[in-house]
Amino acid sequence: MGLAKRIIPCLDVTAGRVVKGVNFVGLRDAGDPVEIARRYDEQGADELTFLDITATSDERDIIVHIIEAVAAQVFIPLTVGGGVRSVDDVRRLLNAGADKVSINTAAVTNPQLVADASARFGSQCIVVAIDAKQVSVEGEPPRWNVFTHGGRKDVGLDAVAWAQNMAALGAGEILLTSMDRDGTKTGFNLELTRAVSDAVSIPVIASGGVGNLDHLVDGIKKGHADAVLAASIFHYGEFTVRQAKEYMARNGIEVRL
Amino acid sequence: MGADVAIIDYGMGNLRSVSKAFEHVAPTASVVVTADPEVILGAARVVFPGQGAAPDCMREIEARGLRGVITQAARSKPFLGICMGQQVLFEHSEEGDTPCLGILPGRVLRFPAEAMHDDQGQRLKVPHMGWNEVHQTSEHPLWAGIPSGTRFYFVHSYYVEAGDPGLVAGFTLYPFAFTSAVARDNIFAVQFHPEKSQSAGLTLLANFVMWDGKFQPTAGSAGACR
Repeated sequence: MGLAKRIIPCLDVTAGRVVKGVNFVGLRDAGDPVEIARRYDEQGADELTFLDITATSDERDIIVHIIEAVAAQVFIPLTVGGGVRSVDDVRRLLNAGADKVSINTAAVTNPQLVADASARFGSQCIVVAIDAKQVSVEGEPPRWNVFTHGGRKDVGLDAVAWAQNMAALGAGEILLTSMDRDGTKTGFNLELTRAVSDAVSIPVIASGGVGNLDHLVDGIKKGHADAVLAASIFHYGEFTVRQAKEYMARNGIEVRL
Repeated sequence: MGADVAIIDYGMGNLRSVSKAFEHVAPTASVVVTADPEVILGAARVVFPGQGAAPDCMREIEARGLRGVITQAARSKPFLGICMGQQVLFEHSEEGDTPCLGILPGRVLRFPAEAMHDDQGQRLKVPHMGWNEVHQTSEHPLWAGIPSGTRFYFVHSYYVEAGDPGLVAGFTLYPFAFTSAVARDNIFAVQFHPEKSQSAGLTLLANFVMWDGKFQPTAGSAGACR
């Protein structure tokens, strides 16, 4: 037995509240990030990812206080992303108790940030988030480009080459989201996931499109992902993290139970 | 009165989660994060964490004048090394060809790219990141209540090759067996992150807070792989 594949619930947070409605039985406050984090920890989540989708900059500091509160009670790795633009942003989140910081748009506009942050804090805590969308047409070999602005802006970079570039600059992990699949519940884009995961020596987290437990299995087995991230199947109480892990174990995937 | 637990702060990474975890398992203990030699040497027990790259770690230790303090603490009181704080206890790290503290015999090596495949030929990623099993090779007070084979959280690209097999307290497979915990006298050091390893990690930290720093290797424990 060796390294377990990881399952990572993702929480979208805005102005201190978890959105996309989490639906746990008996939860006193469905929007409280600390309570939700504790619940996922009890279910056996291997890590937690917080995505700060706060639109206004004056509310940006709230996420720091949330991470402080979660880190005082939940002793598994915490990743925080959303609006990270500078080495100082990375430092503040790490000091608050984040173990990893995810850099998305700023990696595209300022790749040097990835190099600077990993040199300063170590590759192990720098995740580069890549939002990718298929740009090849049917009949062509598949190609995916990097998109920003929630999948609206094609920045003209090949996603596989970009992942390799980010790994070379010092990223310790890639969080790969298929923008074609995000929110569709039709499963990960397995071709994309496999193309990126096979092209880099660092771990890849698959994200975007999970609608059932077979999708998680496929992400690992067919997509070659090292970890799988999901939001709604856990939030709405369709499955617990433990049920997902037991299902994966029954399908021959090594997990932490 | 000195602190119950001093966590050595030498500017390498996030010590908050280490101190929070100790506050959680020992709410009545005084836990300080410090670079002050007097506070470190006055504490009942010392934790030596660390993240980042070996050359930076050694540079920061020297810049703060902490080499002698760490060496003295590692000789005299219950001492817990975590991650980079385990690696730099040894003589040399391949990372940046860095001479280290040399408190324990052995060296630190990078996972060799050519070996990183599982038995089905699937590529194994570096850093080794996630939950892996720690197989105990000695009965140690810090393993109390933790079954051998329990998973802990790892994130690292280099591992320790102990110069004395009697040092090994635990090993992990990735894909070969590497040393994931070492013990000698009052020193216990681990490659994984107990502060991020949920209940198993918290148990280990609670055991450390209770430990008197004594350890006698049990007969036959050294080199138990054989």
